[in-house]
Amino acid sequence: MSAGVSLGTVLLPAIVIGPALVGALLILVRTRLVAATAGWVGAVTVGLAAVASVVPAVGGATASTDFMLGAELGVTTSGPAAVILPVILAVAALVLLAATATTETREARFTGLMLLFTAAAALTVLATSLPTLLLGWEVMGAASYALIGYRYADRRRVGSGATAFLTTRAADLGLYLATAAALAGGTDLSLSSLASIEGGWRDVAAAGILVAALGKAAQLPFSFWLARAMDGPSPVSSLLHSAAMVALGGYLLLQVSPLLAATGWADDAAAWTGAATAVVLGAVALAQTDLKQLLAASTAAQLGFVVLAAGVGATSAGTAHLVAHAAVKALLFLAAGAWLEALGSKRLSTLTGAARRWPALGLLAAVALLSLAGMPPLALWATKDAVLAGSLEHSLALYVVGLLGSAMAAGYAVKALVILVSHQPDVAPHLDEEEPGTRTVSPRATFALVPLGLGAVALGLLAWPPVLESLPGDAPLAPAAWELAASTAVVVVVGALVASLVRRPSRADGRQRGVGARLVSWLHSWLGLEALVAAMVVRPVLRAADAAARLDDRVLARGVDLAAAVALRLAAATARLDDGFLARGVDRFSTGTLQAAHTTARGDAGLSATVSGVALGARRAGRLVRRSSASGQLHVYYLQLVAGVLLTAVVLTVILLVGSPR
Amino acid sequence: MLSLLVFLPVVAAALLLLPGVSDRWARWCFVGVTALETVLVVVMWVGYDSPGTGALAYEQQRSWIPGIGASYHVGLDGLSLPLVAMTCVIFAACAVFALAERQRPRLQAALFLALQTTCLGVFASADLVLFFVFFDLSIVGMYLSINGWGHGERRRSALMFFLYTFLGSLALLLGFVGLYVASDPHTFDMVALAADPPLQGSGATGVLVLGAVLLGLAVKTPTVPFHTWLPPAHTDAPAIGSVVLAGVMLKLGTYGFVRIAMTMFPDAWRDWAPVLIVVGIVSVLWGALVALAQTDLKRMIAYTSVNHMGYILIGLGAAGLLGDGSAATDEARRTAISGAVTQMVSHGLLTGALFLIAGVVWARHQDYGLDRYGGLATRAPRFATLFVLAALGSLGLPGLSGFVAELQIFAGSIATAPAVAVALLGILLMTAVMLRAVQSLLTGPVEGLSSDFTDVRTREWVPVAGLLALSVLIGLAPSFLLDVIEPAAQSVAALVGR
Repeated sequence: MSAGVSLGTVLLPAIVIGPALVGALLILVRTRLVAATAGWVGAVTVGLAAVASVVPAVGGATASTDFMLGAELGVTTSGPAAVILPVILAVAALVLLAATATTETREARFTGLMLLFTAAAALTVLATSLPTLLLGWEVMGAASYALIGYRYADRRRVGSGATAFLTTRAADLGLYLATAAALAGGTDLSLSSLASIEGGWRDVAAAGILVAALGKAAQLPFSFWLARAMDGPSPVSSLLHSAAMVALGGYLLLQVSPLLAATGWADDAAAWTGAATAVVLGAVALAQTDLKQLLAASTAAQLGFVVLAAGVGATSAGTAHLVAHAAVKALLFLAAGAWLEALGSKRLSTLTGAARRWPALGLLAAVALLSLAGMPPLALWATKDAVLAGSLEHSLALYVVGLLGSAMAAGYAVKALVILVSHQPDVAPHLDEEEPGTRTVSPRATFALVPLGLGAVALGLLAWPPVLESLPGDAPLAPAAWELAASTAVVVVVGALVASLVRRPSRADGRQRGVGARLVSWLHSWLGLEALVAAMVVRPVLRAADAAARLDDRVLARGVDLAAAVALRLAAATARLDDGFLARGVDRFSTGTLQAAHTTARGDAGLSATVSGVALGARRAGRLVRRSSASGQLHVYYLQLVAGVLLTAVVLTVILLVGSPR
Repeated sequence: MLSLLVFLPVVAAALLLLPGVSDRWARWCFVGVTALETVLVVVMWVGYDSPGTGALAYEQQRSWIPGIGASYHVGLDGLSLPLVAMTCVIFAACAVFALAERQRPRLQAALFLALQTTCLGVFASADLVLFFVFFDLSIVGMYLSINGWGHGERRRSALMFFLYTFLGSLALLLGFVGLYVASDPHTFDMVALAADPPLQGSGATGVLVLGAVLLGLAVKTPTVPFHTWLPPAHTDAPAIGSVVLAGVMLKLGTYGFVRIAMTMFPDAWRDWAPVLIVVGIVSVLWGALVALAQTDLKRMIAYTSVNHMGYILIGLGAAGLLGDGSAATDEARRTAISGAVTQMVSHGLLTGALFLIAGVVWARHQDYGLDRYGGLATRAPRFATLFVLAALGSLGLPGLSGFVAELQIFAGSIATAPAVAVALLGILLMTAVMLRAVQSLLTGPVEGLSSDFTDVRTREWVPVAGLLALSVLIGLAPSFLLDVIEPAAQSVAALVGR
């Protein structure tokens, strides 16, 4: 890197560290000044970072420092990061700007957490090595936990945060596995080196990253955490669903697309999972009756197209779709949040006609929904068709499933749109159901949405072949005219069908009987995935934990107690043996010796001096022992015993030493 | 300088016992001496230069019991220096926390200073007899701490702790004697024993003698199934007793694995490696699972220690699998050892912080019941911030030291023994354990004992914040620590591969 690039090299780390540091300070420092200015400080910090990010994004920059495992803590704007980084920061800045309109979401703790979240997302995008990626990736997950459960007095919301964190972390274990595979494969753990691993470890690395990315991107079967993530304040959903967190699952797969392709199976797995999610979660979105839930399911479905693009190697198309979707979805969640605050509910039935009541906001939302539906010539129409063109290169079946996915998108987007622009009912149902509504929408919130609305319209330019080819990654062939016509026809037909169904609710209700009703309620519950995980994983684990704890207390710990008790009893028995047997034995032994001595003395007339000496000695010893034993002076007795044992030991040792060959 | 570092606390302890020393003076003396120790160790860290395989920095040797080949031999290398530094930091944190101690503060300060000498002595020892003396004296010190300053069934817990770990130390002694007898010329010198392992190539004898050593260390660490002394000891110990017990004294066991068992029994270690990995995996999963079911904050933290020590065992065990001997495998083995040593430091800091936080809870209401509190984030926001950060560290979140340790352990171990991947579930379980604790204490409406819970005072949050700051430093910029550990890990990996 020459001096000319050094501005980018300086700015790039600052873009991550700056928001992280300001965020940490906003959380930790509790002064009145901080509390009063936090919201603006946050918006300005991220806004500056967004502006600064243009320099490294355009010029390219890399910076690194030592980290761990021989890998670096490195950031680079090579690859899709050059496009995604400014988008993340710009969306985050706009979201924070809109967040200043509400008391709760301009609190210092909220802004601080959002900044940490944004910094972690930026690091995830820029990471050069697996450990760096994990740092950004998992801190982002932890920050999402704190943000979703922001209203911590409500245990259910905190539980939703925990669901999101635990689900994504379960998938994150794949990254740990991938790190091990990269180490075993002899790489320097950089993301770009993964495709060059030889043999089975490459499959392990690909599988690990695939699982981690599918978890974050809320693809099947992990999608359910996204439903619970709606419990966070609206700016959280807005950022989490558009440019950060969920989007970055798709981003990671775009980045490691060469690795997926190198394995020969992971690319197909990704492509089919993405396509399936686009269809199934699209159907889930269609079945929702709550605007935020509809948008959440749509996020998973739309990310399905990005994952599909990564699988078929149409990475630049995937990047374009990711960017366009970020603008659209950030706008829609902020609009949903503004209406939730105004009306106190996010039910579609309550929001009927909301777009008419607040026309500026309504217009922006309508444009975004049309874009989401895939209506030409809006942004998502163009980017999605670029992805579909890439999948057609790969396989026709994939293309057809993808087209079905875009039909679903047209369905759920038009459903929401029609409801929002309908005539307002005289009495809106479920008003103020969740919180007391203010009946006003802050102009500031609407103003923050304008750039996003422009993006929802114009970002389709990214899929224009000359631009698309200049994007990092591989560009698919431009879609043929018949493909564009087919996808447009699908959107128009499905849109018209859904619009007519929604406008005649009685008929729609009348249909919901029997199998159809059950299907709708299954889709409405997000395929019952959360209940399934609760029944299949969570409860068994909790039961196992209880059982393990009982076993630990009743068997393992008691086993030790038992051993101690046995030792005590053994000691008592030994003591009894000592008193009752050994002591008496010594007594008898000395008496016996005495008698023997007497006998010897009597029997031998010659009275050998030696024998009488021994007898005398034994008699004295015996008396001594008997005296101390009888007089209760046990310590004297024991002392003699110990002295005896010691003497024996010494004698034996001497014998052994003398007798040993050495 | 090293001897000064080791013996300064016990000298201070002796002075504190002189008649006429006031309680207030004793408290501050405790803080002053531990702070001075921390400064000393920082100076030593700055002046430290990796001594290379089989050599020690700050080495000192004096004749002691020449008859049995034991000498006063101390020194530091990349395995011991981080632990010595961690010990100094933890005792300093305890000293600050103990500033409000009302129960015989003078005696307690003296006891803990003496305990610090024994702990530092174990890490600094380069002689098995010296090691053993410090090792056993530390058990006595901790017994006195639990018995004298604990709560609940403190006498029973203290006695259980003492008997259990003392029995373990006897097994260890048996192993040491085995080493001594086999060595030629007879010696207890650890440097000499590692340079020329006496039981190398002795087959079953080496495996059996190492078995005795492993048993002793497994009790101390503790690993499943020898862990049952830990929860009662922690639950009934005073806050700073728990901090020292979990933060420092569990490391005496794990340090023994890497310092003694691996370097002095290379081939026997390789024979034992599969067993150790299995015990490690079981400890990881069992510890986390049982922790998940606890309703008592301190018992829960105690079980997370079993989980965290399991990671260490996995890493050290995996380093005993030579595999195909390729460069990548050697790299993986080094990484696993380096991760295990990092985990020893990291666990000291994080569990120290968690037990101090548990001490704050006890100081308020003498109740560790998780379900007795709720909404503490509202009542005590600073307490909540500290607890959340410590919990995140304990569940291995990147950005804190636990992640640096665990990623190294897993990357290195899975690369050598792919089956270790099962233990990744431990990370997930620990996440559940910690989130559960955070949620039951901090979130929800203010209820139960929370209503009059005062937030942390200065002498409570300063030590916790200090430990966590170090953990964050290691989490974000681990090079200063890894640069010290990695050469030593490389040496151990090479020694095990002999």
